[in-house]
Amino acid sequence: MYLGVMPKKLRIGWFSFSCCEDSTIIFTELLNDHYRQWKDKIEFCSALVLRKKSTVKDLDVAFVEGAITSRKQEEKLRQIRRESKKLVAIGACACIGMPSSQRNLFNEKTNKEIQNILIRFNYAKTVRKLSEVVNVDDFVHGCPMDENIFLATVNKYLKEFKII
Amino acid sequence: MHNLDLKLADISKIEGKASCEISVKNGKVQKVAFSIAEYKRFYTQAICGKDMIALPQLTARICGTCSNAHLLCALKAVEKIVGLIPSPQTIYLRKLLNYGLIIRDHGLHLYVFVMPDLFHKDSILDFDENNPEEHKYLDDTFKVKAAGNNLSKAIGGRSVHAPFLTVGGFTKLPDQNQLIKLIPELQGIRKTVLDLIELFGERDFSLIRDDIDFAAITDNEYSFLYGDLIRSDGSVVPSENYGKYLEHVVIPYSHASGYKFMGKVYMVGALARLNLAKKNLHQKTQTSTQKYLKKFPSQNIFHNNLAQAIEILHAIDSSIDILNKLKITPEKPIVPQRKKGKGVGVIEAPRGTLYYNLELDDSGKIVRGQIVVPTGQNQIGIEGSIRKYLEKNMALDKSREEIELDVEKIVRAYDPCMSCASHFLKFKWLPE
Repeated sequence: MYLGVMPKKLRIGWFSFSCCEDSTIIFTELLNDHYRQWKDKIEFCSALVLRKKSTVKDLDVAFVEGAITSRKQEEKLRQIRRESKKLVAIGACACIGMPSSQRNLFNEKTNKEIQNILIRFNYAKTVRKLSEVVNVDDFVHGCPMDENIFLATVNKYLKEFKII
Repeated sequence: MHNLDLKLADISKIEGKASCEISVKNGKVQKVAFSIAEYKRFYTQAICGKDMIALPQLTARICGTCSNAHLLCALKAVEKIVGLIPSPQTIYLRKLLNYGLIIRDHGLHLYVFVMPDLFHKDSILDFDENNPEEHKYLDDTFKVKAAGNNLSKAIGGRSVHAPFLTVGGFTKLPDQNQLIKLIPELQGIRKTVLDLIELFGERDFSLIRDDIDFAAITDNEYSFLYGDLIRSDGSVVPSENYGKYLEHVVIPYSHASGYKFMGKVYMVGALARLNLAKKNLHQKTQTSTQKYLKKFPSQNIFHNNLAQAIEILHAIDSSIDILNKLKITPEKPIVPQRKKGKGVGVIEAPRGTLYYNLELDDSGKIVRGQIVVPTGQNQIGIEGSIRKYLEKNMALDKSREEIELDVEKIVRAYDPCMSCASHFLKFKWLPE
């Protein structure tokens, strides 16, 4: 039986809003090479793509993919921000809004076409990138995210939180 | 349990977001509402006015996991309209890219999403590395997914939104030496995938749907990219007619539309393909999986998992054949002639039949387009399967948690992709 102090792990969450989840796929593929290196250093507190159990509390780093297209998403993002010491925008939709914010550029005729859907499901007036809603500490650009920048960001936080 | 009110807000281990509301009173199922909870991104509107060359890379962004299927289907539709016939080398490379997608995408679904259910675990990350069987399957997870990923990367430049593909060919061709190096990696996972087939052939769950039809596109080499439409009654019709059989169904509580096929609930995907066209699988695959191929045609929706495992093997065997004979010769993409017209592209994406119906103006800009994705087509069937399960199991002494987990397992068996399903606003058929 181990009676010592368990080594601290980086408590992370992986969250997705409106997007194609391409960076989620890249993230699951990075596990092919990095899982065994990360398993003793990273605690996956919330990642719906990997497990049902989810704890969005006292996270060190939240990795957030996708743009914000409704009030409900905005509230969830604000909750993630409150529970995370650092928040990283992942991929183009989170970093710059596009291509998920294409409807912001629609003309009046197209806007009328989609109006009923926007009302029925409580869409926000516009689609926003993460930094228009909450403070973002880091950006991993790309569509999908640049995996080398993502790996560098993970390593940066492993050092910053004194895990390595 | 005779009364139950259940709201599954976030179904886990699927691509994207889905929810399900269930109400049972006095043992009678009152309500099952399976809904796709992804907000729409209105791609059907956004593609209007875009150039035909830009379209495939744009619609690839409908979905991260199926992105290369969207890319290949959009290319097929555009090339059909402008009358462009790709070179034999381009066709081989597109097949290889798609086989890479099948290996990686089915691998993600079977190992990461579904396999934990067979081991009564929440996550593949919970597998015990001190348990030899769990250790092996954790190793296998990464090995098989990586092989598919590496194949797609070598051909398309990236496994997601492959940048080298364009109308008329490839902007950058793969290196011959790099292709040869892929062969031992693919040969190396063959036995691993046979173990996966055995696992799903022996241990998976059962839910019989004897009231649904199946539909799939297939050719005599089970290429996923070409062929005719086969229906449950065995009749074969040109794949371009696929849209004529679909009936659009508005599901008011879901962000995505549902579909019926000739007025009937139906299923697309690996189970449909195996049920309708197992004789077209690679000969080596057929020889190696004889025992499990006997289970098809099957009405057990959980056999979609076994069918996907067999398709991984088919993708490996077919890829090795192509890689052994393909000699890359330098060639530039064929320049398309821009012209006004309408055209259909249909392929089998990993999760089922993907249909693009596009109209171009004389400068090659998109006038209108419709896209029908597999998960939209399976949506009514998923809800019906949950209802069927509840009707059969409410009299049994199952806890709320057990029912919740079983409902998630049923949804996962269909391998739905919510990002795909919620891309558009509404469906308006173009006159064909």
